[in-house]
Amino acid sequence: MKLYELGVKEAQEGVVKGDFTCADIVRSVIERFHEKNGEIGAYLTFDEEGALALAERNPKAVPIAVKDLINVAGQPCTCASKILRGYVSPYDATVIKNLKAGGFIPARRANMDEFAMGSSTENSALGVTRNPYDTTRVPGGSSGGSAAAVGGNMCIAALGTDTGGSIRQPASFCNCVGLKPSYGRVSRFGVTAFASSLDQVGPMTKSVEDAAILLKALAGHDEMDGTTPDEPVPDYPELIKGASFKGVKLGLPKEYFNTAGIDPEVKRITDEAVRRCAAAGAEIVEVSLPHTEYAMAVYYIIAPAEASANLARFDGVRYGHRSAKASDVFSLYTQSRAEGFGPEVKRRIIMGTYVLSSGYYDAYYGRAQKVRTLIKRDFDRVFGEVDALITPCAPTPAFKFGANQDPLTMYLNDLYTIPSALAGVCASSVPAGFTRDTNLPVGVQFICGGFEEAKLLKVSKAYEDCNH
Amino acid sequence: MKIDVAYVAELARLALSDGEKAVFQPQLENIVGYVEKISSVDVEGVEPMMHGRPLSNVFRKDEVRPSLPAETALANAPARTGDEFLLPKIVEGADS
Repeated sequence: MKLYELGVKEAQEGVVKGDFTCADIVRSVIERFHEKNGEIGAYLTFDEEGALALAERNPKAVPIAVKDLINVAGQPCTCASKILRGYVSPYDATVIKNLKAGGFIPARRANMDEFAMGSSTENSALGVTRNPYDTTRVPGGSSGGSAAAVGGNMCIAALGTDTGGSIRQPASFCNCVGLKPSYGRVSRFGVTAFASSLDQVGPMTKSVEDAAILLKALAGHDEMDGTTPDEPVPDYPELIKGASFKGVKLGLPKEYFNTAGIDPEVKRITDEAVRRCAAAGAEIVEVSLPHTEYAMAVYYIIAPAEASANLARFDGVRYGHRSAKASDVFSLYTQSRAEGFGPEVKRRIIMGTYVLSSGYYDAYYGRAQKVRTLIKRDFDRVFGEVDALITPCAPTPAFKFGANQDPLTMYLNDLYTIPSALAGVCASSVPAGFTRDTNLPVGVQFICGGFEEAKLLKVSKAYEDCNH
Repeated sequence: MKIDVAYVAELARLALSDGEKAVFQPQLENIVGYVEKISSVDVEGVEPMMHGRPLSNVFRKDEVRPSLPAETALANAPARTGDEFLLPKIVEGADS
């Protein structure tokens, strides 16, 4: 077995026992990088010497790939955008500090949709990432590079971010475990903001246990991110030992199972997953989240609105691209942004500015925030009835490049992942099987209440065990 | 719903080419048409949700702490003069 094939657990055991060192793992990953990255394109940059030097200084650490919107001091952080070409991070994000303190080192920058806007990584301005299971198809997005790196055995594990499904959908497409923590569980300080009321950082791994180990390292209060409460971080890896479905009530939200446009193979695999959970002892209860049908509309108001405000900082003044055509401050802003941002980012900035503009604010943004409350109440109510929800993760398996040309069609990919993001609860995608005709991986989604990551990981582990 | 894309782009400090305007116009109207569906939801008396988790004022102690050194903060500057970011003239008419 090659070292790059290892998961977090085995890699940690190996470096602790002294079977191999962090530098051995990094060398193995570099070998794999040269073998595969030309085909897969999971990584934007790979500072091989820097990664090796860091590994030599930390022989018992495990290297983790990082989505290219998380700041690591001294490394580029482009958000896969031309506007940040050449930018070098002046400091470590809190999640990077936490990783280092937990026995990991950041290594390699994974491709993504520009500023995390997209569901296929086709919106990267800096490179193409292909699905390791079928290179004619997309890896999903926006954490597509991270997912392809994990699914293609080009790293031990990776960090992604999820705003409306950007960890879970690519995890489903690339056969890995992806976990979106509850809002507030993990600090976003040093993580380039997309939609601040939604963004979360989470692990993308080869097993549920690995996700538990990484989440334990990532999570916790950070005084630099006021949304992180001072609540203790449970010992997730310990808590999931012996996880089972005995006594677990699993909710089947009917709105997620009667959707037009769900791929028949995704439906078959999800139904089979529900049967396995039941056979392993879970009590299956049909539940209803009646405001589900409005979630997409709410998200495509709130997320662009917040993005338009967050991306105002890219103005060519303090960092990032500055247009050579600028003659005054106004054209410095408008031209630098015109040259630096790609089409999807521009579309969302305009959409967000529109819904926040005078005369439209109440009808769109204000109203969307109220409907969001109703969506949250749906989740609060069902988590009084059941322990966890099981749903499809994405309506289709990985699709071909260029298959979703229309922006609205692309947005519908996040149908099943958006409601839980709006509600601020935690959710995972766990590999569930492969389509019969095309042999593509499909994940199943589990959802638990806010700060119920221990429960979520237990259910995800119990499913992983009964699916083997 | 008709969107004045050129006007909104100006609000967003984003220069758009005529080609981009022509592409974005129908796409944005399509998206706005879709999100209009929230207008049918009864939100009478419902409080808006601002965040993924209820938050009240979060303060830290009001004390001076180390921040990025000027040299580090300026390292990514497109143009600088001494310890400052350099920009075209902002105030109109005031020739100096």
